[in-house]
Amino acid sequence: MKKLFNSTIGFIIIALVFTSCNNGESKSNSALSSNVAEKVYVAPGQHDEFYAFISGGFSGQLSVYGLPSGRLFKVIPVFSQDAEKAWGYNEETKPMLNTSHGFIPWDDSHHPDISQTAGKLDGRYIYINANNTPRIAKIDLTTFETTEIIEIPNSAGNHSSSFVTENTEYVVAGTRFSVPIPQRDMSIKDYKGNFKGSLSFLKVNPENGEMAIKFQILMPGFDYDLSHPGRGKSHGWFFFTTYNTEEANSLLEVNASQNDKDFIAAINWKKIEEYVNNGGGTKMPTNYAHNLYSDETHTATSTMINEVLTVNPLDVPGAVYFLPTPKSPHGCDVDPTGEYIVGNGKLSANLTVHSFTKMLDAIENKKFDGEAYGIPILKFEDVLAGSVEQPGLGPLHTEFDGKGNAYTTFFISSEVVKWKLGTWEVLDRKPTYYSVGHLMIPGGNSAEPFGKYVVAMNKITKDRYLPTGPEVTQSAQLYDISGDKMELLLDFPTIGEPHYAAGCPASLIEANSKKLYKLEENTHPYAAKSDADTKVVRKGNEVHVQMTMIRSHFSPDNIEGIKVGDKVYFHVTNLEQDYDVPHGIAMIGANTSELLIMPGQTETFVWEPKQVGVWPFYCTDFCSALHQEMQGYVRVSPASSNIELSWSLGDDF
Amino acid sequence: MKKSNIIMLIAALLPLGLFLFPLWNITLEAPQYPIPLGMNIHINDFADAHPHDIKNINLMNHYVGMKYIPDAIPEFKIFPIGIILSTLLGLIIAFKGNYKWFLGWFILMVVLSTAGLYDFYLWEHDYGHNLDPKAIMKFTNPDGTVMGFQPPLFGTKHILNFTAHSYPRLGAFLLGAGIFTSLIAYFVGKKQLNKV
Repeated sequence: MKKLFNSTIGFIIIALVFTSCNNGESKSNSALSSNVAEKVYVAPGQHDEFYAFISGGFSGQLSVYGLPSGRLFKVIPVFSQDAEKAWGYNEETKPMLNTSHGFIPWDDSHHPDISQTAGKLDGRYIYINANNTPRIAKIDLTTFETTEIIEIPNSAGNHSSSFVTENTEYVVAGTRFSVPIPQRDMSIKDYKGNFKGSLSFLKVNPENGEMAIKFQILMPGFDYDLSHPGRGKSHGWFFFTTYNTEEANSLLEVNASQNDKDFIAAINWKKIEEYVNNGGGTKMPTNYAHNLYSDETHTATSTMINEVLTVNPLDVPGAVYFLPTPKSPHGCDVDPTGEYIVGNGKLSANLTVHSFTKMLDAIENKKFDGEAYGIPILKFEDVLAGSVEQPGLGPLHTEFDGKGNAYTTFFISSEVVKWKLGTWEVLDRKPTYYSVGHLMIPGGNSAEPFGKYVVAMNKITKDRYLPTGPEVTQSAQLYDISGDKMELLLDFPTIGEPHYAAGCPASLIEANSKKLYKLEENTHPYAAKSDADTKVVRKGNEVHVQMTMIRSHFSPDNIEGIKVGDKVYFHVTNLEQDYDVPHGIAMIGANTSELLIMPGQTETFVWEPKQVGVWPFYCTDFCSALHQEMQGYVRVSPASSNIELSWSLGDDF
Repeated sequence: MKKSNIIMLIAALLPLGLFLFPLWNITLEAPQYPIPLGMNIHINDFADAHPHDIKNINLMNHYVGMKYIPDAIPEFKIFPIGIILSTLLGLIIAFKGNYKWFLGWFILMVVLSTAGLYDFYLWEHDYGHNLDPKAIMKFTNPDGTVMGFQPPLFGTKHILNFTAHSYPRLGAFLLGAGIFTSLIAYFVGKKQLNKV
């Protein structure tokens, strides 16, 4: 109790020191030097130097910004339905949101990570995790569309995800909440010793980026918070921070904050890969969805898989070790050389850095400090590279500039601190507005960072923007880190919670961005590739309309013979083959969203007319000078009517 | 073989470049087309400058009632035959004829090319003026006559929101070079004869 009292006093003193320090800083910051505006000004028509992919947190999506301008280009729907783009509303993309729990319209998207080749960003794909109902999505950076979502069984709170190894051999998904594996009916109080934490390794197909769960390591029932791969010398290892090594199941804010040190779990995945390649591991019955979207059929398929390969870490000696790390570490970050593993102990006053070389030495010389559930714990002093002494309060995440410097966010003291790897001295600090979570340097978690900017992502903005009622925007802040001192350049609002981001030079992606889908490659089963292919077919009370759209009409645009009680499928193909000419379609009374169809694409919505009448539909995207004329009518007759189906275009005069 | 006949041989072969390279190009610039739309005219084909350009030109033009650019026109059959026959004739002249024949071939080619250009002009005029009476948008000239949308035969012209450029391409230059070379062959042949 006395100890707690003393440390509380200590915290208050530190807080006061930093508060006054912050005040001084913010004053000097408010007098922004005049060239700051030039640094973020991207003239009309000019392109930004970097892409920044900022996750939307509880929005479930991924936003695409330009740096240094902070301009928003696109919100890519990933885990949440998006009525604007018909994501999860049209018949083609509904299967993308299928899970073992059925259709799920929302999730919490956290950690985008760009694929790598030889430790460098290659700009092909982004992987991102769904936190709530554990899933990993792949976004294709030629179309900027989500093309794959795979569910992670035996996981809960999929948070230490979705980071890629240096050649994108694997995408890794670790569980935050340990759970009974397999799931069963048991008392929550029996958590300790019975729940397990799964760390999933998803093998990536180098041809097309597709994922398949290769194995799951069933670890002790801690919370696996964040992770990063080893690189360079430490390639082949993966590091996960843990908290709640107390294995508390209630009031975790207190009960999971008791141990002086939790762990970073070091996993030799190459060793485990070899073990399972030689027939090791146990197949466990389970049930999870694997959803794939095709750019040819423009349609997603969902496949249920009912088995997963699990590995007990004790069966692979020498593959898993624990590195003691103070106070519920959050971020787990590996420097560009692969030597340093930073444990951001969020309740610690210091920042702990482990040495990979010392870790190997400690393993070789068996410098153990006991074990946890049979997993050796390495001696803290023997793996410690150094610590940054009292850099701030509440360290969460660290990124690197590739010039020997590290940048760490401090949530409680609301600042970014720059420090030097190896000497552990603090070089600079700048306030954030306010309560910063992650930060992102383009390529900052690869062997070759582009250390020009850092983006800090803030949870709270209070007075920083015009007020918008009780809910105000969260925000990102851009700092120039090219000089000795960081310089705040720009605040910009974000979608949802800007949880984490990935960035890379525009040149890696820009030239590969697709302009349209080729009509001749469209193999959608209901595509109408010319006016001659259009038709309306009845199958019982199901009616399939194969329709085309091109500036500035639908074909057909007059349909008769639909009856109340019919289920009408509008399969609409955009015949345009020109860049940036999407068309939309919306039907009065349809219990779904519009469709927004890109050139060469086919999408489908369902309409179940409930009222007799003549009902219009129209183009929702201002496509052309005759956009307002792009409309049509469907005649709906009583269920008992015997009016034959008929359809037409332009024969009324 | 005489020097002049060798030059004539080259002159006769140069127009064959029309089978490899486009004859003419029409490019349409507009604010919403930062990458302009373009059509390359070959002696046997209309080709997209960038994928789908002709389809998109047709889409633009239907608003003012212009007809679609046809997939094929009779000229695509006649022009290649004309080029092959005139080349054959040129070759025969190169091997058998003297400088007077070279001049004859030169005149023939000038006449044929002029006829070809005139034919191209007629097609362009029809394309630009023979408009659908139900055209979505109808424009009139300041004098009240119906506005035409004929692209220039040669040069640059502003048509509504578009700037149209019409210029010869490598195939036409090779044809021109061939015709000009036959004239050189004529003068060289004549000079050689005078020396003798």
